[in-house]
Amino acid sequence: MASLINQIGAVTALNVRSIPQRGWMSLASIVAVALTIAVLLFFLALSNGLRSTVEGSGSDDVALVIREGSNAELNSVVSRDQLSILATGPGVAQREGAPLVSGELLVIVDGVKRSTGTNANMPFRGIGSEGLALRRGVSITQGRMFTPGTNEIVVGAGLLREFSGFEFGQSIRIRGTEWQVVGVFEAPGTVFESELWADVAVTQSLFNRPNIYQTMRVKLTSAAAMDAYKSWADGDARLNDVEILSEREYYARQASQSTGQFTIIAWVLGVMMAIGALAGALNTMYSSVATRAAEIATLRIIGFSGLATFFGTMIEALILSALGGVLGILLAFVAFNGRTTSTLGAGFTQLVFKFELSPAIVVTAIIVAIVIGLFGGMFPGIRAARQRPQLELASQ
Amino acid sequence: MTDLIRLTDVEKSYTRGKEKIKIFDKLSMRIEQGDFVAMMGPSGSGKTTLLNLLGGTDKADKGTIEFDGKRIDNLSEGKLTAWRSTNVGFIFQFYNLMPILTAAQNVELPLLLTKLAPAKRRANVATALKIVGLEDRSKHRPREMSGGQQQRVAIARAIVSDPKLLLCDEPTGDLDRTTADEILSTLQVLNRDLGKTIIMVTHDAEAAKFAKRTLHLDKGHFNEQELAA
Ligand SMILES: Nc1ncnc2c1ncn2[C@@H]1O[C@H](COP(=O)(O)OP(=O)(O)O)[C@@H](O)[C@H]1O
Ligand SMILES: [Mg+2]
Repeated sequence: MASLINQIGAVTALNVRSIPQRGWMSLASIVAVALTIAVLLFFLALSNGLRSTVEGSGSDDVALVIREGSNAELNSVVSRDQLSILATGPGVAQREGAPLVSGELLVIVDGVKRSTGTNANMPFRGIGSEGLALRRGVSITQGRMFTPGTNEIVVGAGLLREFSGFEFGQSIRIRGTEWQVVGVFEAPGTVFESELWADVAVTQSLFNRPNIYQTMRVKLTSAAAMDAYKSWADGDARLNDVEILSEREYYARQASQSTGQFTIIAWVLGVMMAIGALAGALNTMYSSVATRAAEIATLRIIGFSGLATFFGTMIEALILSALGGVLGILLAFVAFNGRTTSTLGAGFTQLVFKFELSPAIVVTAIIVAIVIGLFGGMFPGIRAARQRPQLELASQ
Repeated sequence: MTDLIRLTDVEKSYTRGKEKIKIFDKLSMRIEQGDFVAMMGPSGSGKTTLLNLLGGTDKADKGTIEFDGKRIDNLSEGKLTAWRSTNVGFIFQFYNLMPILTAAQNVELPLLLTKLAPAKRRANVATALKIVGLEDRSKHRPREMSGGQQQRVAIARAIVSDPKLLLCDEPTGDLDRTTADEILSTLQVLNRDLGKTIIMVTHDAEAAKFAKRTLHLDKGHFNEQELAA
């Protein structure tokens, strides 16, 4: 056993120290692994950032009312009458005697993406007077909240970072009407930061959608009140065509829809590139075994075991792929982790969020790099182990 | 004198494609402990194959091979490897040193297969290098040494674990006359003073003169008179 470890150590040292003789080839296979890992991390971080933003937007104690069968707000309708009924349900939180509810209407307006100068769809949300109060963690950081009944809007800080046309203090023209941007709000890590908010009644009238709501938010006294509220609504025939779910459930559903595609892209691209990197690693390692054929035969003649030559090759491959993996992870941290980006979210509007690497994602990347190294070293290693310890081989 | 090596009715053939090439058909021979044998013969006559069989780096199809009274032809691959590392030293035409290792590190390689502690290994390496006259070259790498010096390092590597048998395949084939003679003298010293049994394949009649006797191999058969002598 001690001898085997000695042997593996010696053979590995021989392999590793002769890497410079295959410098360019080894470097190419390191870079191939690094690029594979970086691309995989790019899409996984994208998907993770998007998911945590969308999922993080929902509260457990806010009921979201949407029309049965609508998977996005845009094609949902909730009537004014239903709104009034829903405000009277059990467990609805009150403020100064009034229920904390908000009927909302989402419309799409044009913005300009700062990075590309191209037009993009911005979500413009009309909210009720309690719309701000029933959302957790939202704060006005510049200016003030819009005054109900006026053509005023507040803009999400995330939207402002990525898109132009809604700068604070500006007066803007949307569908023939002047609007005044009177405030900027922050709602860190949520989809709300990608929205524009205005008074719902003004929105209804200026966008020509009188008395139309798409969704309603109802703040409950606690998350525990949700079930009772849902079953109360189930029992009312007038609410037959609406579905009630917690805001968190709603956004979790949205998240799985919108992040699924990025996770799929991550793995499809990642696996394709990993196969390419594996081919590179195999090529490098077969060439390592071939150029050291006489050396390996000599070691075998001296009495080194096939297992030692196998492990020497294997460890060389693992070292190269681990270097590639580390490089890829560094690249990911430097190039895009924490950067803000935007994509088309559910509802066909732009959603601003950050690339977010997680420990689990980094571990995934390390595993992928190790798998490339294992397979890249295994077959050449077997070839090295099978090298006959014969004199004519050693003499070439 | 006792026999170190005894071959009895050894058969060996190779298949190349569909063709079967018989190298040895019932080859028998004995080599005494302490002998220094030069083996000559035309190219392709089976000299290297015989060294491979004697050194346990290849297997005979039939027949028995005994070393020091024990059969080695029926050992498993792993046992044969272990046997080889303690009983046989190999010397090659092109030295076969590891280019990135120093002389001392090259010589140490066979000792990595033993249980010796690092300090003891270093001491043995120093002794081996001293025997071949290279104690002042221990930190040099192969490319910083002449061919003769490299072959001396290879000899030190072959003797460092104190094997009884040295197998040399054209050890001076790549060297000029003077250097070759120095190497051959060293082999003589190893044979005479350290009692190593040496089998040396060579094309060079001058080199063969350094041995105690010469065997000629042709088409897989030894010259019978030489063998009987
Ligand atoms: N591994 C092998 N596979 C097939 N043929 C071999 C192998 N090794 C040697 N031979 C053949 O066996 C014959 C004897 O080879 P060898 O022992 O190397 O001769 P020598 O060393 O006397 O020149 C040659 O014809 C050679 O081509
Ligand atoms: Mg030969």
